[in-house]
Amino acid sequence: MTGIQAASGVADLGGAEGWGVAPLLDPAEPVFKEEWEGRAFALSLLSMRISGTNLDAFRHAMNRLDSEHYFDDGYYGRWLYGAENLLMDSDIIAPGAVEARAANMTGGHVDEPPAPEPHKPEYAPTAGGSIRVIEAPQRFQVGQQVRAKVMQAPGHTRLQKYTQGHVGVVAIVEPAQILPDTHAHFIAENAQWVYTVSFDSKELFGPAAERFTLNTDLYEDYMEEAS
Amino acid sequence: MSTDVSADRIPIKLRAEALEQLLVERGLVDPNVMDSFIKTYEKDVGPLNGAKVVAKAWTDPEFKARLLENGTTAVAELGFKGPQGEHIVVVENTDTVHNVVVCTLCSCYPWPLLGLPPTWYKDPAYRARVVKEPRTVLAEMGLTLPESTEVTVWDSSSEVRFFVLPQRPAASEGMSEEELVAIVSRDAMVGVAIVGA
Repeated sequence: MTGIQAASGVADLGGAEGWGVAPLLDPAEPVFKEEWEGRAFALSLLSMRISGTNLDAFRHAMNRLDSEHYFDDGYYGRWLYGAENLLMDSDIIAPGAVEARAANMTGGHVDEPPAPEPHKPEYAPTAGGSIRVIEAPQRFQVGQQVRAKVMQAPGHTRLQKYTQGHVGVVAIVEPAQILPDTHAHFIAENAQWVYTVSFDSKELFGPAAERFTLNTDLYEDYMEEAS
Repeated sequence: MSTDVSADRIPIKLRAEALEQLLVERGLVDPNVMDSFIKTYEKDVGPLNGAKVVAKAWTDPEFKARLLENGTTAVAELGFKGPQGEHIVVVENTDTVHNVVVCTLCSCYPWPLLGLPPTWYKDPAYRARVVKEPRTVLAEMGLTLPESTEVTVWDSSSEVRFFVLPQRPAASEGMSEEELVAIVSRDAMVGVAIVGA
């Protein structure tokens, strides 16, 4: 296993400019538009298992992609590249193995790198899923003003840039959950309370913003009192 | 150790086939298991589940109360649970409030109720813009809301999954629960459309 790898930032899209008009609805669209999308979907779910990793690590494996790999082959494209990252992290497949096999499948004659000795992360979940029962009391209560911290650590997080530094109000206390920031790197589950926090649009985007409320979930480590 | 994918671009379809072949020949992946995953989300787990929840909520006030109180246990009464449905929060659209759901960081979505997300939900423009200018984005997608309507956008950042209970159209009065199931669209259960009768 390698140490903590930096996210590229490419996945953190909230509030980003330059993406053009909103997509059109297509109620008749098939679940998988092309056959390979279904194969990539299933391979990705299985890759989490065989690499001995978890959903947060998988999300981070996608967040490490550069913009080209993240966007150009769509949703299941980034799943497939993310799955390959997990499999290389755990030494299930060697770097270059997929490329070599693809070359040989299309008439090439190249040496394929041998399968490495697997090194899965030393980690075992304490239970299934992400929700945990914890004894710690809630630090924040419904109706309380809170600030989303400014956090720029290089590893995984679910704290979006567009909420950072802004003040909102706790709307719902959600079940305690394991912290993606540490779970993605197999450091600790760090289960903690999660809160749905309501932000006023003008707090987030300034006085000219459309009038609406933005609700999002913050893990307790992402929050501080605002008074 | 390299953890970035190679810069040499291979067609993605070929790439998926190559990876599958590598894993299958070492016994790490069973193609039959892959087929069953694919079939599950193509055939069994899709927006029909959510439509059943909505139709029941429209016709059974006690179920609706339980659904809004604890979405997870209420939808489990109908047998709906599983991956990406660990904790479900149901939000109700009314004459004055319109809710719409997004996941700006990836594309989190309530799989047990709606299946896998549609293309528009995964589109970078939707992910980027609906948290910043939801009224404009909804109008571009065909839903123009009155200025007086309160808009709430739910950005799914934890393992909580949000599900919109759309408004029942007035013209659906007298329809049976089964008939109602047929008129509930996937897009209304995410909040980018309304249900027409």
